[in-house]
Amino acid sequence: MIRHLLSAADLDAGTATEVLDTAARMDEAIADREVKKLPTLRGRTVVNLFYEDSTRTRISFEAAAKRLSADVINFSAKGSSVSKGESLKDTALTLQAMGADAVVIRHPASGAPYQLAGWVNGSVLNAGDGTHEHPTQALLDAYTMRSRLGRVDGLSVAIVGDVLHSRVARSNVLLLSALGAKVTLVGPPTLLPLGIEDALASGTEVRYDLDEVLPGVDVVMMLRVQRERMEDAYFPSAREYTRRYGLDGARLRALPEHAIVMHPGPMNRGMEISPEVADSPRSTIVEQVANGVSVRMAVLYLLLGGAK
Amino acid sequence: MAQPTAAPHKVIIAGPDLARVVDRIAHQILERTGGARDAVLLGIPTRGVPLARRLATRIHAFEDFEVPVGALDITLYRDDLRLRGARAVGPTQLPPGGVDGRSVILVDDVLFSGRTVRAALDALGDIGRPRLVQLAVLVDRGHRELPIRADYVGKNIPTALREMVRVLLVETDGTDEVRLEPAPMGGQS
Repeated sequence: MIRHLLSAADLDAGTATEVLDTAARMDEAIADREVKKLPTLRGRTVVNLFYEDSTRTRISFEAAAKRLSADVINFSAKGSSVSKGESLKDTALTLQAMGADAVVIRHPASGAPYQLAGWVNGSVLNAGDGTHEHPTQALLDAYTMRSRLGRVDGLSVAIVGDVLHSRVARSNVLLLSALGAKVTLVGPPTLLPLGIEDALASGTEVRYDLDEVLPGVDVVMMLRVQRERMEDAYFPSAREYTRRYGLDGARLRALPEHAIVMHPGPMNRGMEISPEVADSPRSTIVEQVANGVSVRMAVLYLLLGGAK
Repeated sequence: MAQPTAAPHKVIIAGPDLARVVDRIAHQILERTGGARDAVLLGIPTRGVPLARRLATRIHAFEDFEVPVGALDITLYRDDLRLRGARAVGPTQLPPGGVDGRSVILVDDVLFSGRTVRAALDALGDIGRPRLVQLAVLVDRGHRELPIRADYVGKNIPTALREMVRVLLVETDGTDEVRLEPAPMGGQS
């Protein structure tokens, strides 16, 4: 097993499958039990180092570490020495001195986890770095597809929306392609980086018309329109975006009957996804959150269990 | 099904004898649990699971009574994660009735250090509260490191630490056999 999880590209098909299988076993191990806790990582310390706001990812990592009995230290930039000007390196050295076995980092700068991995002895898990990657999100998405549709290999997956700013999209293209899925990126040209189809994984397709793509996909993954990352105007108006790229009831009915709708959250209801779709039984949004805990348990177990 | 054929090994129990040993354990379970009416058989992966199923099948053949069977993986309860690293996690499937108030019989292929059974007892404690817990093993090879003993033993095989006992079952290995082999480098679990 690998020592850090910085990019979905760190995972080949074999390793990724090992993570997904382990996650399924973890699910099984604690299903229908009163004590939802395993002693596996007793005495290990996991630090959640969050330089960016996050609800589900931080809580999910915290729940995963706690279910494996690890000690969890939560660190958020707000209210810490970072607001006094401490650098990432000095914070990292502090964590190192505290003996962190794993550091889960979310940072607005793409590549920050790579820097961190050079400064600490423990495992580093990228929980989202800038517009770069979010590998555990891709793993939980693949896990959700596998549990709903039985496989990932051979699936046709459309990732729709703000690919430009989306670390979720990047990690998913890498992981899903490694697992044998065919990925189509859909969005307005302003939100699809030029040449992205070959940049991440060969076989990735780029399309601009959502309605053409929908009838042929098994999975449609809606990305959040990241208004906080948009200084410029990437599309004329929210209404126009919704009309062309929003998933509403009519578009849901254009999907094949077995197809599922995914969203990494948080959603802009009424923008990229209509409430009708978000709450439909074909949406896996709540499942994705639950699966996130299992997948992160698996990742922590495999990384921290790596022979020293 | 791939076994190292090069290693010189001694066959301790061969095909039909293994079935007889399982039959005997099934009879003993019936005798010692008053007909096994509240029993639950929990196999420890990998080979404890098919053994637990076989015991249930035999008990059904003798008494026309279904004993619930499940699998209890102990990988996440091991005490050697730091030493040996992460291992593949096996399946856990509990029978629908659970284990609360039942006589749980843990089933494994080989009893050695006792650490697997210790882990299984810990796992069981998190799952529920059985009325009693017993242990059935196909082979007891000695060298205990914990105060643990089996209630039902198929065969006691005195071994040296540099030897290993390999249990092969039709369900997992295509054949029924118990072998004594030289241990591979690095010892065995």
